[in-house]
Amino acid sequence: MSTLIALASLAVLILVLEIFNLRKTIVPLTLVGLLVALGLNICDFNSIDSFYNNMIVVNKSTVLFNSLFIVLTFFIVALGQSFYKEQYDKISDYTSLKIFLLIGAYCMISFGNLVMFFLGLEILSITLYILAGSDRTNIKSNEAGMKYFLMGSFASGFILFGIALIYGATASFDLDQIVLASTQLAMPKWFTVGFTLMLVGLLFKIAAFPFHFWAPDVYQGSPLLTTTTMSTLAKVAAVAAFYKLSVVFFPAMPTNFVNLIAFLIVATLIIGNIMALKQNNIKRLMAYSGISHAGFMLMAILLGKTAEPYLFYYMTAYAIAGIAAFSVILYVCQDKKEELVIHFRGFAKHKPVLAVTLSLALLSMAGIPILAGFFGKLFLFTEALKQGFYITVITAVITSIISIYYYIKVIIVMFTYKNADANTVYQKNFMYSAVAVAAIIINLVIGFCPSIIIDLF
Amino acid sequence: MENVLQQIGIDQYIYLAILLFCIGAFGILYRRNAIVMFMSIEIMLNAANLLLVAFSTYHEDANGQVFVFFTMAVAAAEVAIGLAILVAIYRNIGSIDIDKLKKLKG
Repeated sequence: MSTLIALASLAVLILVLEIFNLRKTIVPLTLVGLLVALGLNICDFNSIDSFYNNMIVVNKSTVLFNSLFIVLTFFIVALGQSFYKEQYDKISDYTSLKIFLLIGAYCMISFGNLVMFFLGLEILSITLYILAGSDRTNIKSNEAGMKYFLMGSFASGFILFGIALIYGATASFDLDQIVLASTQLAMPKWFTVGFTLMLVGLLFKIAAFPFHFWAPDVYQGSPLLTTTTMSTLAKVAAVAAFYKLSVVFFPAMPTNFVNLIAFLIVATLIIGNIMALKQNNIKRLMAYSGISHAGFMLMAILLGKTAEPYLFYYMTAYAIAGIAAFSVILYVCQDKKEELVIHFRGFAKHKPVLAVTLSLALLSMAGIPILAGFFGKLFLFTEALKQGFYITVITAVITSIISIYYYIKVIIVMFTYKNADANTVYQKNFMYSAVAVAAIIINLVIGFCPSIIIDLF
Repeated sequence: MENVLQQIGIDQYIYLAILLFCIGAFGILYRRNAIVMFMSIEIMLNAANLLLVAFSTYHEDANGQVFVFFTMAVAAAEVAIGLAILVAIYRNIGSIDIDKLKKLKG
């Protein structure tokens, strides 16, 4: 709880600093503030508590997920220092929006009440609409903002209607009372309808089949740092919220609901990985890769309560690798109009360390052993096999083999093409390189000893 | 006086809310004018609000009505952002027709 208050005051403080013309101090101060918030959050590690009539709950799993979100925001704010160099007079807006986004993510995982869930979701979404459309003079950014806004509000409408129906069935917004009511009383039909509507809205938010079509366009049009935020922080937060809701609602759903989820996972994996094969824009490629990773993370929802540590591990591996990959992409594409794969030609010659970093990040996403992504997939697949979801696991394995092709494609472009533009000059940028290397080191560490994360639960 | 809700029946409220929700959803899918699409989103959210208020009276529980206030605030914030994006689009292309936004393709 103190974390939430600290984050809210931090976001307001940033806006106040702008008034006093202290723009230079904003990013360093935010980073310090985020570390303080992380410390406050970890202090709650062993406590089980609830605040404001069970609106916010604190327990081990919320603390862990929130720590992940704070670490991701830390990296994203650090990247913003260089990314917004040309519009540095607006740095306070961008930074405080990112902190508000983090507050939304916090509420989405710490809720004990559906009201808080909806508010958190909306705080997260609204800040993302602003960030997606934040490059005002660029028509592509406008289009991305508009598409994201329309699709996102459409999804919010579904979620809200679902919540209203669930409220009608159980007479409460409180999760504990909903569990109590749904397991003990006979539920009217609209309880299932309500959760299905929420499912539709959540699938929109995490960009899973059949509601994935907005993701590539929005990822492509948004400013690159916003794409980074969407594909790491926002996606992970939405999946975590979905997981938490599914643990509550699944026991009360009809038995063939599991088949529906399994089908959605298979379809998401196939669509995401097949469509990524023919992309030549790195942002669209990452968008489809994000869709396929949403499919992998949805497997945890299928598996229920036992999969929580594995889901958390997978999320950490995916999001940290995403941060590393995107900071190298930022480095390469910082003054290019479009982010095409061919821009990476001969990058290894110029910046071998960063090229290796990007390769490791992409290989981690593809699931090559030793890197964290491999163990994330291994744990989820083993657990799924134990529970007997054979077809899902077989599809997941096949599609993750397919995915290696498009990740390797980028790596090959970096390492084999020698005839890079001789006059390509990569501007020196300490922040991007530092974040990329730091993120990949975290990825390697949790890859070498996965027990660091798994044993936390 | 007998409770109005009991005279009419909760079912009728649910049907009305679902009808409004469908009008909103189809409005977003079929209309191409951004302002009309915003209005459709508002109809969807208001359908949910109507349902919340109806259930709140039905269960004699104030939580639902409090939630409606939150929803209204959220909806207002959402539309403010939407209109801001729309103004940016209008400045760039001089039109608010959604079909003219076709720059992003893969």
